[in-house]
Amino acid sequence: MNPILECKGLSKKYTDAFYALDNLDLTLERGQIVGLLGPNGSGKTTLIKLINDALIPTSGTILIDGKEPGVETKKIVSYLPDRAYFDPSMKVKDILSYFADFYDNFIMERAAHMLEDLDIDVNARFKNLSKGTQEKVQLILVMSRDAALYVLDEPIGGVDPAARDYILKTILTNYNDNATVLLSTHLIGDIENVLDRVVFIRQGRVSLNATVDEIRMQQRKSVDALFREVFKC
Amino acid sequence: MPWDLDNDRPIYVQLMEKIRLDIMSGVYRPGDKLPSVRDLALDAAVNPNTMQKALSELERNGLVYSQRTSGRFITEDENMLKQLKTELAAEQIRQFFEKMKQLGFEDSETLALVKKAVKEES
Repeated sequence: MNPILECKGLSKKYTDAFYALDNLDLTLERGQIVGLLGPNGSGKTTLIKLINDALIPTSGTILIDGKEPGVETKKIVSYLPDRAYFDPSMKVKDILSYFADFYDNFIMERAAHMLEDLDIDVNARFKNLSKGTQEKVQLILVMSRDAALYVLDEPIGGVDPAARDYILKTILTNYNDNATVLLSTHLIGDIENVLDRVVFIRQGRVSLNATVDEIRMQQRKSVDALFREVFKC
Repeated sequence: MPWDLDNDRPIYVQLMEKIRLDIMSGVYRPGDKLPSVRDLALDAAVNPNTMQKALSELERNGLVYSQRTSGRFITEDENMLKQLKTELAAEQIRQFFEKMKQLGFEDSETLALVKKAVKEES
């Protein structure tokens, strides 16, 4: 099978002088959970937006399952943006039907089951939920799709440690063996154990791409400790 | 409850250690079937591929064996289990003597202290 994501010489310029991504090469195989790590402004969200066809590359190529981002790739990419993209005055149950209408691969039973597990009232309006609960609802929507690539931008930033554990469990339970999960976060220590691989991004380029256990064997330290050392301010 | 793992050593090695300890302490008996990779990974809160690697390594060492389609089982080879237990005990003792050395005790002194402690306990 072809890689789920292939970026070659990928660049994105926002102004003449500033490259958010600078000739980035990155290939992701199927069936793994990958942490996309880097300091603020390193290009993580730009890469995520390019994957989701929310931005057009300045130069270079980006292929998802061998195809350029577009209508076809959106069917197989499940994206958790850093902010909600539906009308927040909708009720949770209406958002569910909206997703079921929109995506062929949305599994309603899976979503209902998770919402029940977390005691989330489907009759509540999204905007009236706490910030943490809103994040949980969004993650549930995204993980309830049977996708080939899940792209999660900061999925655990706003929730308490107990909910964090549930969210990680949700990710572990719901991706299938051939799916790849790409997630960006600053909370490295919390997610390190569930990752296969980490990709460090620095000034728009990949500065490290290795499995968690390779890093631990070679550096004799955690990914979290390595990150703090590499990106020391 | 996620398994208690150190953050400076490879994860799969620690998963192997934990399962080995579970076998020694009787959580799993010889011939028992192990839970699936995914269930073990969920229980430990680790990546399924990492759990898979730990189980493959244990299989390579002969401590678990897999039966096509029906899953993985704990070895019933009593000699192997006994030998492993002896090895783990030797490792514990070595670490203990190492720590005592850091505190400034010669092996003979440590041994005397152990004997004294055992006597006082009984």
